[in-house]
Amino acid sequence: MSAPAKLRIGYIPLADAAALIVAVDKGFAAAEHLDIELVREVSWSNVRDKLNIGLFDAAHLLAPVAIASSLGLGHVKVSILAPFVLAGNGNAITVSPPLFAALAGAAGGDITSPIVSARALAHTVAARRAKGQEPLTLGMTFPFSNHNYQLRFWMAAGGVDPDEDVRLVVLPPPYMVDSLAKGHVDGFCVGAPWNSLAVDIGVGRILHFGSEIIARAAEKVLAVRAAWAGDHPDIVTRLIRALERAAQFVADPANGDGVAELVAARVGVTAELIRRTLEGRLKVAPDGGTRTDARYLLVGREGAARPHPVQAAWAYAQMVRWGQAPMSADLLAAAQAVFRPDLYDAVAGSPTATARVPEDGVGAFAGPAFAPADIAGHLSSWTIKRPG
Amino acid sequence: MNNLPIDAALKILVIDEDPIRRAILEAGLRESGYANVVHVETTTGLLDQVYRIDPEVILIALENPSRDVLEQMFQVSRIVRRPIAMFVDQSDRGTIEAAVDAGVSAYIVGGLQKERVKHILDLCISRFNAFARLQDELDRTKSALDARKVIDRAKGILMQAKGLSEEQAYALLRKTAMNEKRKIAEVAQSVITAAELLR
Repeated sequence: MSAPAKLRIGYIPLADAAALIVAVDKGFAAAEHLDIELVREVSWSNVRDKLNIGLFDAAHLLAPVAIASSLGLGHVKVSILAPFVLAGNGNAITVSPPLFAALAGAAGGDITSPIVSARALAHTVAARRAKGQEPLTLGMTFPFSNHNYQLRFWMAAGGVDPDEDVRLVVLPPPYMVDSLAKGHVDGFCVGAPWNSLAVDIGVGRILHFGSEIIARAAEKVLAVRAAWAGDHPDIVTRLIRALERAAQFVADPANGDGVAELVAARVGVTAELIRRTLEGRLKVAPDGGTRTDARYLLVGREGAARPHPVQAAWAYAQMVRWGQAPMSADLLAAAQAVFRPDLYDAVAGSPTATARVPEDGVGAFAGPAFAPADIAGHLSSWTIKRPG
Repeated sequence: MNNLPIDAALKILVIDEDPIRRAILEAGLRESGYANVVHVETTTGLLDQVYRIDPEVILIALENPSRDVLEQMFQVSRIVRRPIAMFVDQSDRGTIEAAVDAGVSAYIVGGLQKERVKHILDLCISRFNAFARLQDELDRTKSALDARKVIDRAKGILMQAKGLSEEQAYALLRKTAMNEKRKIAEVAQSVITAAELLR
């Protein structure tokens, strides 16, 4: 056997990097003769740029960033491929106790229902405006992110315009909890473990899991440059195989403790917190209330590792809806082409019956079923959007 | 004042939480004739600060997580006063690679000609690289000092335990290191560890 292939892979220390972390730290990568150096990064911009210029061979990347890069939105256009979904879902919307109290007071029903909470937000926004108060400020992690799109989708369904009625600001995840504690933001949408940390120290309350807004969103992908993948098809195959085995290992409840310890060591939180996150068993309120949703974060389970182009189309539709991208059939095709189920299937086999994906591939809590073939028509059903 | 570059008035914002590197960069920019160089003291509320300062060029260290905050300025939004673009262009690949490699990124006000900014970015890259070399040298000096201390302690232990002179103790360390193909400081560290275990 030849010397192992050396790869540098960039990542952000988050629970949804579990499959990548386990692939490297549990030996699945080595078994494929891959010598992977995991490089911890501090911003998605850095991960994107270092992947784009070749300082990284691959990266743990926000799925919408992989698409934006391929479409040339906001920076240099570099074609990216996503042959493996490292994690589906995993985000949550957390609000400050005062905002939660205001929403609960305005709620016309069960506040755990996103349509009820979104309408309560509209009431709260209107009440604040009538009193001459500052608009609410909500944090998210990156302009091209599900955090941004889930937050926007949720509030717009309740009648809140995310660009006019509130202030949406990008905040690096490590600053989220502190910003909530200091009152710089009234809430945020971020991935694990940050929501739980806010709850644990009593400054936040989880309002919704991302999976309650969108049942299935491709959250983080393994991203590689298309040109690099073309030059190294064998390495891509081995990488997918190592990640698939790691994801299956993560998905097996029998490995829970070991996985939680490996991931916790890289992410810098307790193993218990990672374990709760991977099992979708989250404390949502400082007083100890918990909520469980097996789909909260999907690593390996329910066929989550397989890239579904319809989910890339959904992300592109959000870019169009919020004025980040123009509507065009070519851009839509390019966005869908980022997701490569063919590369995944060639290694992992065809999807099985356990691969439970919503009927329209997305499963949003409001609005008509997603229709990738007619995004313009789909978006016409929404009144709150940017002119396209 | 006639020899100032035509862009002397360009407002340049430096975002770097390493105060020494920031000072080096600011001094470099001023020496080159850029008179309007400012920085932020904290990255809290960064976007508001940027809008208030209203710079034409932003230089930010890659190790700063707040870089993602700046990405928001590409977005069409009611709070954006002037569109900001990243200093990127398909043709600038070499510069971008050099910048990322040096650990810095640049953003410019949309419409500003890239040629006018290239000089600033090049200067920034060379200062960042110079700083990295300095840091490297400092680290090496520090580890050399540390090694010296370890060797001195090991010599002391050997002198006492084996009744050697300082010179003989050093010669013994050196011979062992050569025989074992290790650094003298490593052998010295083993001696110290062994002595602590046997104490």
